[in-house]
Amino acid sequence: MTALLVVAVITGFVGAVVVPVLPVRLRVLATSSVLIGDALAALVVAVHVLTTGRALGVSTHAVFLGSGVALRIDPLGAFFVVLTSLVVIAVAVYEIGYSSTHPMTRTAAGALCTFAGAMLSVPVAWNVTGFLFFWEIMAASSLALILTDYRRGAPVRSAALWYAVLTQAGAALVMIALVVMAVSSRSQGFTVIARHLPSLSPGLRTTVFLLTFAGFASKAGAVPLHVWLPKAHAESPSPVSALMSAAMVNLGIYGVIRVGLEWFHGGTVWWWVLVLALGGLSAIYGSIHAATNTDLKRLLAYSTIDNVGLIFMALGTAGILLSIGHIGLADLALFAALLHITSHSLFKGTLFLSAGSLQFSTGTRDLDLMGGLLTRVPFASSVFALGSMAIMALPPLSGFVSEWFLLQSLLHGMDASSPVTTVALPLSVAALALTGGLTAAAFVKVLGVGLLGVPRSAYARDAKEPPVSMNLAAGLLAMLSVVIGFAPMVLVGSLTRVVRSALNDASPVRVHGTALEILGSRGVVDPTMIAVALVVALVLVASARRLLDRGRVTRRAVWGFGRLTQSSRMTYTATAFAEPLQRVFDDVLRPNHDLDVSHHGESRYFVESARFRSSADDAFERLVYRPLIRMVRALADRVRFVQNGSVHWYLGYGLAALVVLLLMVR
Amino acid sequence: MEVSPSRSSTPLDPAIVELRLRGSLQIRHIDAGSCNGCEIEIGSIFSPVYDAEQFGIRLVASPRHADVALVTGPVSKNMVGPLRTTLEAMGEPSVVVALGDCARDCGVFKGAYGVEGAVGEVVDVHLEIPGCPPSPQDIVDALRRIACT
Repeated sequence: MTALLVVAVITGFVGAVVVPVLPVRLRVLATSSVLIGDALAALVVAVHVLTTGRALGVSTHAVFLGSGVALRIDPLGAFFVVLTSLVVIAVAVYEIGYSSTHPMTRTAAGALCTFAGAMLSVPVAWNVTGFLFFWEIMAASSLALILTDYRRGAPVRSAALWYAVLTQAGAALVMIALVVMAVSSRSQGFTVIARHLPSLSPGLRTTVFLLTFAGFASKAGAVPLHVWLPKAHAESPSPVSALMSAAMVNLGIYGVIRVGLEWFHGGTVWWWVLVLALGGLSAIYGSIHAATNTDLKRLLAYSTIDNVGLIFMALGTAGILLSIGHIGLADLALFAALLHITSHSLFKGTLFLSAGSLQFSTGTRDLDLMGGLLTRVPFASSVFALGSMAIMALPPLSGFVSEWFLLQSLLHGMDASSPVTTVALPLSVAALALTGGLTAAAFVKVLGVGLLGVPRSAYARDAKEPPVSMNLAAGLLAMLSVVIGFAPMVLVGSLTRVVRSALNDASPVRVHGTALEILGSRGVVDPTMIAVALVVALVLVASARRLLDRGRVTRRAVWGFGRLTQSSRMTYTATAFAEPLQRVFDDVLRPNHDLDVSHHGESRYFVESARFRSSADDAFERLVYRPLIRMVRALADRVRFVQNGSVHWYLGYGLAALVVLLLMVR
Repeated sequence: MEVSPSRSSTPLDPAIVELRLRGSLQIRHIDAGSCNGCEIEIGSIFSPVYDAEQFGIRLVASPRHADVALVTGPVSKNMVGPLRTTLEAMGEPSVVVALGDCARDCGVFKGAYGVEGAVGEVVDVHLEIPGCPPSPQDIVDALRRIACT
């Protein structure tokens, strides 16, 4: 097993060296094989760890980079490795079809292998050097992947720049925190660091926690560090979006669980109130944007922010409960968070991959130009619909189970009855409810406007069927989502082991036949029975209608007020559907309205053409980041005189620096 | 006011008898090219003076909800299609009433270049209400005959 762990870690990197030199035709297959091989190796090891509950360590002094990288896979890491490898396998299959029209460049092939390898290695890195090494490689390779379509110009470059800056800033914060911990514990191994943390001074502990949280939150895409996420997810190729949204974002969450919950084991209450508050803010902010956006991939990206927010809410709850000493309730909250991470990875992978298929079919990602896709691209549309049902938390899909536990963990957290929980948790329940409603609005919009109805443009009318492998990949993840919706008890054992390894406590949930029982009988749910009952009811209603309606129902065209032709211009667009919500949330979204009216040459009373555009760019970008950028620019202008082009001055600087260094080191 | 429902002695079209409306009549009005004289009279049957709604007669917005298509005017060339589409959109059973002289035989517009023909030449008509325009009382009487089947 340890050998397989090493294989899992290095396959991606070895592949990244080999794959780019192969000719185009071979390159795609080789890349996919490397990805699948790497992911399968990792999957086997991780499943082994999850089922036995015992961690595996390996000393890699002889294997990897001479020395410096320690690997160890415990249940928490294994959990994230399993999710990552499932998404990687799906993406590998997807790439076979996707690259038939988007030829895979050498850079993309190499970066893809590196990215997958790094993502599978981050959760198993067991010392500071190893963790930062894989973390940075993950950031760099994903940056290269975002730039895959750089020829499309400014939007891609700007997305990449935002991502690069925010992810590097985050990595720097994480690095400072890890180095501080390593220095104070005089070891860079994670085991020693974790053991040494309680002896740090309170001020240092707070600093370390806040630094790691900010760093990891920027990777996870929590408000206000989310600005890169909608840009990068929308502008990168769909398989890359799927990898980032369903796998990479998780690793930010992994960091918070590892450091905040496992190492600090709670800590100070207000840290976690902060996590909870930012989680709630992300959930609501992300879902508002998702509900009003009409760009399919931006919408999905904002819904990632929303789901990361939900997960952070559960983690915040777990942290608050841990730090006020209710470990049993904290277990439940962490369990809910893990379940939702699983569920989110599966359905968001499904959604991004099938959105990529729809984009492949139509050549656009603008919902206002889609419509009628369910009849033209039936498989990809149905898979997208399944994913949407999961994200809307409808049974019998995974989202229902995970959001049920999320809600239960928030409600039962109130049993702790401390001043913090009595205020924060009811508000969180309200935030969860609002988020649920807005998410439903967002995906009803996509399904109703994008998939049903009549085609709104030539793009949608001439939609072509995507390759089989793309359908297969999206379908694979959707199937897993259905399986978890029907039989979530298969996960309970593994998730319990993860909770135990992170919090050192008994399991919060027990399996009772097909029912899941929250310990202490605080709640029981039987998702299997719900799912079966739902399917039976659906079949009964459908067959009853078939029997009763036979010969009594005539189908006529939609009543269009006697017009002879009905064009798609008369149907509800995504913009129109979102308009009421946009109006309600005007103060948050601050949409830009742009109305151009050109008048007839003869008279101002006749309108020749009118053009209305409405766009809601990110309020945080406008109100926080733009002023910040302006400030930095101004500051840079102020100190520019230092760089005056004179060699003499530069030599002088060198001399001054040398003198200062000598004085300091002495 | 005189409220006898059957002032006319001509027998009703069997399609109207089959409606069996029992005092509840939903009308979709279609202007197929009228001069708007008939529309004014239709409007006044719902005034407080004639108050057709007391007999269960109502104008509805959608042909889906209507029992009767009340067509006025000669059918202009542009309205042939929309007229047919509207009748197709109505549920079964339903009937067509031609209101006014233009609807019956094109009236003063007979032979005009934009006129396709009378309503009866374009679609099947089940009842005709003569007059240019018919008085509100005539319209109410005719509609009550339908409503009282």
